[in-house]
Amino acid sequence: MKQLVVISGKGGTGKTTMTAALACLARGVAVVADCDVDAPDLHLLLKPEIRETHDFFGLQTARIDPARCIECGECEKACRFDAIRDFRVDPRSCEGCKVCTLVCPNEAISMVDSVSGHAYVSETRFGTMVHADLFPGEEASGKLVTMVRELAFKVAERERKDLILIDGSPGIGCPVIASLTGTDLALVMTEPSISGVHDLARILGVTEHFGIEPLVCVNKYDLSPEMTEEIEGLCRDLGVDIAGKLPFDPAVVEAMISEKTLVEVEGPVGRAIRSVWEKVRGRL
Amino acid sequence: MIISVASGKGGTGKTLVATNLAASIGEVTLLDCDVEEPNSYLFFPDREEEASFDCNVMIPTIDEDKCTRCGRCSEFCAYNALAVFPQHVLLFKELCHGCGGCGLVCPEGAISDGTRTIGKIFRARSGDVRLLWGELNLGEPMATPLIRSVKAEAKGDLVLIDSPPGTACPVIEAVRGSDFCLLVTEPTPFGLYDLSIAVQVVRGMKIPCGVVVNRTGVGDRGVHDYCEREDIPILLEIPMKREIAVLYSRGVLFSREMTEWQGRFCDLLARIEEEIR
Repeated sequence: MKQLVVISGKGGTGKTTMTAALACLARGVAVVADCDVDAPDLHLLLKPEIRETHDFFGLQTARIDPARCIECGECEKACRFDAIRDFRVDPRSCEGCKVCTLVCPNEAISMVDSVSGHAYVSETRFGTMVHADLFPGEEASGKLVTMVRELAFKVAERERKDLILIDGSPGIGCPVIASLTGTDLALVMTEPSISGVHDLARILGVTEHFGIEPLVCVNKYDLSPEMTEEIEGLCRDLGVDIAGKLPFDPAVVEAMISEKTLVEVEGPVGRAIRSVWEKVRGRL
Repeated sequence: MIISVASGKGGTGKTLVATNLAASIGEVTLLDCDVEEPNSYLFFPDREEEASFDCNVMIPTIDEDKCTRCGRCSEFCAYNALAVFPQHVLLFKELCHGCGGCGLVCPEGAISDGTRTIGKIFRARSGDVRLLWGELNLGEPMATPLIRSVKAEAKGDLVLIDSPPGTACPVIEAVRGSDFCLLVTEPTPFGLYDLSIAVQVVRGMKIPCGVVVNRTGVGDRGVHDYCEREDIPILLEIPMKREIAVLYSRGVLFSREMTEWQGRFCDLLARIEEEIR
């Protein structure tokens, strides 16, 4: 079984649109996993029907029992995350380390589990999809990404699928690393802008760090031929292949609004994506 | 006054709005808290860099001579960052949150505080705009301590924060303590869905918010309908124009070329001030 992850340093460069189109092309052979758990959009195009729901427990958070609290302030002093003020825990800042429970002289603090999201196994028109939602503002998105990937792996084994297709999140931090590690190939989306080039260089540093083979895809390449050239130069210098270049096309937004993937509507972008898929398949 | 610029979805124009707003309103400090992919400084090519320094986080240092491998530290660690073997203790640095708990539970006093560098903080100036940004080291999972450090360096009466995308912990850390949060979105189903999550986050934090709709003209009316229903003011609309996209791609602030936008960004600040009142 192979795992392909679609990532990008910079947000809004077309990860989800690309993943949805690849899901259509890989219909029957792939399980799709939406690992962009704090801005999950793939379901808007794939229209999953939920079959299984799993609770996700993130980090525990501390709770101070006001009846037992003697307001000594030891917990506030010991907390390195500034999560305790005026003898109350801000659950958004609490990282669940339990240090406050250690220093409290009156056993007023306990750790509580809370459901901080859900993971789902669903049916779509292209096959099974695993996705999740993280309750707004919750932590441990990396841990939820891992849960989605584990579920996707089980489903792929059960259904004897050859490929797990992962929609990653933007950036280079914890959820990105959680969706990247152990994959066979990373399709890195970028766009021809100064930010796009800068962020591409950083994410390629991350794929290198974790030893994951990258392939680059330039979205809206014709918006800035000179920046596209710069991307091509960067890839050449780093020895990274370019899987394809997608033209700017207002029809992309129209397709999104009609809830279609780009290979379900006719057009130049759809054709370019088919050729990217062939390259990716060859590489896998 | 602290104004943060956020969005659920990436690539909707947070940096576009934050940089052009900063360049239009006089003395201001612009913080780039998207430390995974900081871009805002790129739009001030004339910047003079003033300083840069490491961002360090606490990690435990273990004195193997004092350590009896009792295992209390690894039992206590909520992040599974410590593994105790018969001969030695292994620390998984990237998993450590630096809470200091292992040092507190160690009965032998074998654990002391050490530090580890996770990124860099930069300070620069371009005209009236003071720039501060953090850059997370590659391969480093935890952005929040660096965001906290960048914010701790901020000075001045007016602070703009360019926040990371998403709606999870890095965003909370960036937006925390703001007087107002500007949510940048695009008029598409993706933009709308992620905006609705971001609104829940800032409302949960009791921070007043308003919306900037970028690339109007393409897409649908979903974002506008949503804002009307939820009573969220749309404070600025930026049309989909090839000229803006091309200037952005080259790293040029479009309000400097299309100067009528400087007034519009000043008006945006005035509307935010009204909303706060």
